[in-house]
Amino acid sequence: MTTVETYAKLANNPRASRGLIGGAPAVRAEDEVKRKYRREPGFPVPILIAPATLWLVIFLFLPLLSIFIFSFWKATGHGMVPAFSFEHYRAFFVSEGFFDPKNADFLTPSVFIRTLWTTFRFTITVMAICLLLAYPLAYFLSMQVEDFKWQLALFLLAMVPFWTSYLIRAVAWLPMLGRHGLINEFLINIGAIDEPVSFFLYSEFSYTMALVQLYVVLAVGPIFFSLAKIDRTLIEAARDMGATPFQIFREIILPLSLPGIAIGMIFVFVMVMGEFATAVVVYGGKTSTTGTVILNYYVIANYPFAAVNAIMLMLAMMIGVGVILRVVDIRKEL
Amino acid sequence: MARSTPERRRKTRIKAGFSVYYAIFLIFVYGPMFAMFTLSFQGPRGGVTFPMRGLSFVWWARLAGPSAVGDIKSSLVRSLILAVIVMVITAIFATMLAMAFRKKFHGSGVLFYAVMAGLMVPGVLLSLGLASLLRVIGIPPGWWYSALGVHVVWTLPFGFLVMMAVFNRFDARLEEAARDMGADEWTVFKEVTLPLITPGIVAAGLFGFTLSYDEFARTTLLAGAQNTLPLDINAAMTQRVQPTIFALGTASTLFSLLMIGLFIVVYTILYRRSR
Repeated sequence: MTTVETYAKLANNPRASRGLIGGAPAVRAEDEVKRKYRREPGFPVPILIAPATLWLVIFLFLPLLSIFIFSFWKATGHGMVPAFSFEHYRAFFVSEGFFDPKNADFLTPSVFIRTLWTTFRFTITVMAICLLLAYPLAYFLSMQVEDFKWQLALFLLAMVPFWTSYLIRAVAWLPMLGRHGLINEFLINIGAIDEPVSFFLYSEFSYTMALVQLYVVLAVGPIFFSLAKIDRTLIEAARDMGATPFQIFREIILPLSLPGIAIGMIFVFVMVMGEFATAVVVYGGKTSTTGTVILNYYVIANYPFAAVNAIMLMLAMMIGVGVILRVVDIRKEL
Repeated sequence: MARSTPERRRKTRIKAGFSVYYAIFLIFVYGPMFAMFTLSFQGPRGGVTFPMRGLSFVWWARLAGPSAVGDIKSSLVRSLILAVIVMVITAIFATMLAMAFRKKFHGSGVLFYAVMAGLMVPGVLLSLGLASLLRVIGIPPGWWYSALGVHVVWTLPFGFLVMMAVFNRFDARLEEAARDMGADEWTVFKEVTLPLITPGIVAAGLFGFTLSYDEFARTTLLAGAQNTLPLDINAAMTQRVQPTIFALGTASTLFSLLMIGLFIVVYTILYRRSR
């Protein structure tokens, strides 16, 4: 008879006593059963989740909902009034002369669509470079470093910049990239170039470099964890059966680290898509990202149009994350 | 035993190659910070790039002076207070949520994704949404409520993931034993659960503190009339860039590193004690 059955039997007989000594009154069996099997132990769930849920409703759900609602309102020049109009959506897609056969800019997308596209293009480049840089690093930490303490220490050392100010890290690129910056000096010293090149600072190159440096640690973390979780006996078994290192990587390590890659790429994707401050610092504000467009329209008090840009950014991000999740089913892999 | 077979030599070479790569990676990640650190001691006539024109503390002195970028000291204090409040709320919420997620309950999937959404939604969107909402209602934003609210949305998922990991490896039999000996829920929590999860709570708090202390995107439209430190740094950056910003950046980075070091020390001590 299992314990549960014993208790179930006792529960039917409220008068049964279970003292060590014959008939001594013990805890009533019914209460005992109730305590052990009816009520789950621990604090009640509603109390545990209520404060955080309320907080998320006020500071996450409401702001997003209001962006959606305000995108239909009318801008008055210094504020906005309730309305249901699509004029700002129209303004986002349709620029002066778009689809007008007489116009020279026929079929040229509006500047806002192009900005979103530029933002997206930058993001994809940054993601690719981050993956190329992060994967070998995570592989080294998880597969080559054997001592756990060293693994943790080296991992933390690579992750520490994530906890420092990203504005400061962006501004720290200035001395590296300028005409007299360290990169130019270095290239002149090794004889690669004769004159300093100015293309490093305030260019796509500097912007991409800075973004990669800012966000690469976000890709290292998840890939490292997924690699560290791989069962080493699998690799040993494959080796014993004569698999080459490349085969082991392609058939075992890479597929098993895909969830980590996906999570890391999602992190980098959402961070870089929403990026706006770095563009001003290392790109000299030459090109704007959708993030800067949103802020600029907020500053000139055109809140509905800022909201429309925000919604388009969010749509682009959802599509991107959706595509990544389509390639790798994280929930199945975890 | 340690015979130098070709296989072994190949492995050593691969490992050496990866180690060199790791070192280059560190230079890439830390290099700009060291350049900034060096240039903060730029001579009085030097600029924001190399070469160094002498060595001086001019820019550090200017940082302490009143004419510097805004009122640095009070914005630093504000940032610190905000970071401490965010740290406490993150640690408490993350612990409570992770304790709830030890059981099955209705809507747990939705709640999980809602918490994680804080990680996914860009700061500029939350800033925009909450700032325009406050404007419509007619409440001016302030760092200690509107910025605080959005900061916690950002830090909570990190703390939550830490606490989930902690409870994943938690031995629930210890609590059962205490319950069987007649302890009520509060006693079980205070005497058994809490001491065991304290290192995790500290780690969750670390995320709360450091991420809030440096946060710019989620503060920019929500701080109201008074600036926090990242806002001052941003303001200094959009003006003419001077080596003062490097002094400020170095000071801020050193402070962040100090905090991380402190947290790691506290964590290690607590972790040893909880064993």
